Amino acid sequence: MLRLPPFQFRVAKTLNEAASILVGEGVAEHEDNVRLVAGGTDLWPNMKRRHQKARTVVSLMRVPGLKGIDVNGDIRIGATTILEDIVRNAAVRERYPAFARAVASISSPPLRHMGTIGGNICVDTRCTYYNQTEDWRRSVSYCMKEEGQICWVATSSPRCLAHSASDSAPMLAALAAGVRLVSTEGDRVIPIEKLYKDDGIDYLAKRPEEIVAGVLLTKEASHCRSAFWKLRRRGSIDFAVLSSAVAVWTDKSGVVEKARIYLGAVSSQPVAAQEASDFLVGKALTPEVIAEAARLARKPSYPMDNTDFAPQWRGTMVVKYTEAALREAAGLPVERLGPKHG
Amino acid sequence: MMAEPVRKPDPEPERDFNIVGKPFRRVDGRAKVTGATKFADDLAFPRMVYMRLVRSTVPHALIRSIDLSEAGKVPGVLGFLTGKHFPVPFGILPVSQDEHALCPDKVRFVGDPVVAVAAVTEDAAWEAAYKVKVDYEVLPTIGSVQDALDTPEPRIHDYGDEGNLHKVVSMTFGDVDGGFAEAEEIFEDTVFYEGNTHLPMEQHASVAVPEDDDRITLYSSSQTPHYVHRAIAKVLELPASRVRVVACSNGGGFGGKSDPFNHEIVAAKMALKIGRPVKITLTREEVFYCHRGRHPVMMHVRTGLKKEGDRWKITAQHLKTALDGGAYGSYGVASTYYTGALQTVTYEMPAYKFEGVRTFTNKPPCGPKRGHGTPQPRFAFELHLDKIAGKLGVNPADLRLGMLAHPDTVTANWLRIGSMGLRRCIEAVVEGSGFRERWGKMPEGRGLGLACGSYLCGAGLPIYWNHMPQSGVMLKLDRSGGVAVFCGEAEIGQGSDSILAAMVAEVLGISLSDIRLCVADTDLTPVDLGSYSSRVTLMMGNAAVQAAERAREMIAKAVSDQLEVPVSRLVFAERRVFDAEDPDKGLTFQEAVIAAEARFGTLGTTGSYIPPRSPGKYRGAGVGPSPAYSYSASVIEVEVDSETGLWNPVHVWIAHDIGRSLNPVLVLGQVEGSVYMGLGEVMMEEQDFRRLPKHLSNALVHKFPSMLEYKSPTFLEMPPVTTYLIEDPDPSGPYGAKEVGQGPLLPIMPAVVNAIHDAVGVRIDQTPVHPHMILKALQAKDRRFGPKAFPEVDFGESLLVPTPEQGGDGRAINDYKEKLRSGMRSASGTMMSREEALKQKKVAVLTTGPEGAR
Repeated sequence: MLRLPPFQFRVAKTLNEAASILVGEGVAEHEDNVRLVAGGTDLWPNMKRRHQKARTVVSLMRVPGLKGIDVNGDIRIGATTILEDIVRNAAVRERYPAFARAVASISSPPLRHMGTIGGNICVDTRCTYYNQTEDWRRSVSYCMKEEGQICWVATSSPRCLAHSASDSAPMLAALAAGVRLVSTEGDRVIPIEKLYKDDGIDYLAKRPEEIVAGVLLTKEASHCRSAFWKLRRRGSIDFAVLSSAVAVWTDKSGVVEKARIYLGAVSSQPVAAQEASDFLVGKALTPEVIAEAARLARKPSYPMDNTDFAPQWRGTMVVKYTEAALREAAGLPVERLGPKHG
Repeated sequence: MMAEPVRKPDPEPERDFNIVGKPFRRVDGRAKVTGATKFADDLAFPRMVYMRLVRSTVPHALIRSIDLSEAGKVPGVLGFLTGKHFPVPFGILPVSQDEHALCPDKVRFVGDPVVAVAAVTEDAAWEAAYKVKVDYEVLPTIGSVQDALDTPEPRIHDYGDEGNLHKVVSMTFGDVDGGFAEAEEIFEDTVFYEGNTHLPMEQHASVAVPEDDDRITLYSSSQTPHYVHRAIAKVLELPASRVRVVACSNGGGFGGKSDPFNHEIVAAKMALKIGRPVKITLTREEVFYCHRGRHPVMMHVRTGLKKEGDRWKITAQHLKTALDGGAYGSYGVASTYYTGALQTVTYEMPAYKFEGVRTFTNKPPCGPKRGHGTPQPRFAFELHLDKIAGKLGVNPADLRLGMLAHPDTVTANWLRIGSMGLRRCIEAVVEGSGFRERWGKMPEGRGLGLACGSYLCGAGLPIYWNHMPQSGVMLKLDRSGGVAVFCGEAEIGQGSDSILAAMVAEVLGISLSDIRLCVADTDLTPVDLGSYSSRVTLMMGNAAVQAAERAREMIAKAVSDQLEVPVSRLVFAERRVFDAEDPDKGLTFQEAVIAAEARFGTLGTTGSYIPPRSPGKYRGAGVGPSPAYSYSASVIEVEVDSETGLWNPVHVWIAHDIGRSLNPVLVLGQVEGSVYMGLGEVMMEEQDFRRLPKHLSNALVHKFPSMLEYKSPTFLEMPPVTTYLIEDPDPSGPYGAKEVGQGPLLPIMPAVVNAIHDAVGVRIDQTPVHPHMILKALQAKDRRFGPKAFPEVDFGESLLVPTPEQGGDGRAINDYKEKLRSGMRSASGTMMSREEALKQKKVAVLTTGPEGAR
């Protein structure tokens, strides 16, 4: 079977220790010097295929306090909280049902029992020219994301077009969640959408020595209507080829006060459908309004031929899936046929 | 000449069986579910080491040099092998001995093995493999059937019919022109069936163990230990008696473990070289490169029909197929014939023309996958019939019922049909699904589709020409009362071990736990050709029944003497041998065997099976004949979202003409497994490739050689299945049994596209049906998504074979040797070398597309 290359494995006992190891091993000089691991469902396969490398790997799984869900007031979820524990948490399900659904749609049951929320937020961008073995990538002379020069998805592209693969991130962004970053320099919370950049290689906007320690969902976010629609070939296992995460705040008469729509897997980061969101504000969620907003959501997405399904068709589906998500959030009937998620 | 009936009536229609027809537990069931079964990768031997193959990273190139210096420095490395150690070629078919265990001078696809390295640990073998440097002189990449047609030079192989055409076939049975002239309506369709792979859960693994006196034993995941045995003896230039091949339990095969493979031969050689047991377990990626899966096939089908009374009858059909064969021959010559052979066994077809071409391309070689070569033309035929029914205004079930082939007849292409249960199959699924009431009347987005199929119960001929049995079974009985059964058959999950034990238990009236099996061991068991072509139940079953009957005869004689009861009154049941008229009078089975052993000495019997001769005698008649044919019909209900093109199968009704169920639970398992695999092929599975922009790269790579990105359905996508088993015992099968391993797959794919048409009114003439195709078809003028045209191919002069109806004798009337083609085809076979051909100045002239691209 595919073999892991040799590396040094360190188990951090505290967040500070993990942060110091990152600095000490030279994370700022090169990402291959040292990497963090939690559940390992992303890193280990990537290292086996050798498109992610590490001299040292630091596990966060033994750091006390990094795991668990604090439901007093705002909800705080530690970075090493197992995905399945989030799905099963009654408070999360009650206050942020679309978030619970997004997490429940990640991969397959065995991997949800291994993978963590921090891992899913930081999950490497994906591409069918990149998520391949060493031998396969050698056969195409590699790509710019690892060792090569060219982006084979679009050979004239100056940057890597690998797509964002997180299901939790677009939903957390729609819910205006915060993410806590810890380093030897200190502690800060940023809006989760600021964690990302539209670059398949350098897709995280945090400083290399910063550790994602957890996410924060506000009380206000529990007062919205939300929905998460994920498109993929099969109802389990597969990564999203498109997700539409919507959160809409309405006044008592049903007029939209604020709307946040984020799309997953159709760019190198969770992308805001800003025009669509803006269009909704001040209007009631009628079928016509929703249809127009969904049409506007198509613009910021750019599905490429680097995952499953025909890219043009995925572009069409941005509209259909955003419409379905908004209708669900509005309490309108949805007749769209999608994969049965399980 | 009308063929005479070939069937005798079932002599014992109402007999009671000991075990046949009962849902007994698989003999290997408990071990499989508890994890006790030892697959090849579970084996370990003292001092065992690990091997890894370095595979080509370029699609088509000459090997300039190989540098092992860095790799040799990795601690733990024990040795290397390269192509120069394997001068002798091999291949599953005698006419396609075109593979080398390691490439000596040329690589033909990304994944072709070049170097083998053995090391004390798997890690060391991997690290060394990464450090092997191979310098290639790159050759032009041939990536498709059209590329192969357009690019006769350079040739991927220096044999084959011409240029990069591996095999070209043209055969005409009966008066095809007359049939079309007579037709009142003529219909045509162009259809594409995408390639896909077997995806067995178990990746191929082998352990080679060197033994004294230059003997070698290979334990391997293989469906065909006998053919692996032959290949190893040939390539290693050892007497076959010094090579032993043991097929372990297979974690699925589906045709993907039917060839002798590079890694098996190299492991054997490496074990002999370094004198230690050598294990190799392929990665999933390598399994995609071994492949031998479903050929991508472009097809054109043209059918004439006329009305007789209230029924439409086919007057003639002309089928053209173009197969993308990949880099090696494998079973490809047979696959090519199979894309034409079985079109005639379901519906009456008085005249039939078949033309097929298989091209070499720089991709993993295609070969046999469940249905071998027949699902593609069956897909084309059945969607074609659905369209015809629509245009003629006939219910698709009635159209088919009105033109069924008849039992006990010989087809236009000289296949002998025995029992034929397709009528009952169609009736069962039509009734079960409410097809007559619901088809054409369901709300938008819901639809029903019907399709049929037929498959062989074992290929009539062995892969290499010989007159020996195709299956042999040996029994050893002794005073313990236990029976040891020896047979070369290979269990691949289908339940062949259980059938072997059940046949013996049935005849001797003993329980399955009285039987010890020894199977798939070329040293210890009689030859059985292997688990392919749905041959095992029928051939091994008949051999087992014969061996057991011979044992029963000896035991009966001894018991008859001891009890003074005539042999004809003795019954073997419930582990006893007793007087039918006085059941208390009898012996236990053990006592009976003791009596026999005392009387006859050591007890052993054998049984063997050779299929009946086929009436066809023309060149190519070897592909298609079988002792019996199974039949299937399916109705599938689908839901289709016309705004997104997403669709799901909702329910599958399937009826299978099994002859007789030896074990209904095993039969159901095979039916449902076939349904699942067929749905996978029409829903999502595709062996797809990336050809990088030609100005930047020669690369041609498998798009996603992983189980994550090669999409195959999960439990969630699997709809409920209602199965009907149609029993009409066929005298050729053991107790009347026919095959079930492959046939039920055939109707699934066309039933789905027919149902999609019923749901939203569009025709998808290709597999798999992606949602964008449905959306495009909905927007298209002709409401169709599919290939535009069949490539232009010169199939040469057609072999002319008069049909039985015309009074033919099964032979062709024109002499293919002299004038079949003007090209580079060898008269004696397909193995003419380039040099030989050039010497004879037979330079290929090939018609290509109108633009004359070459």
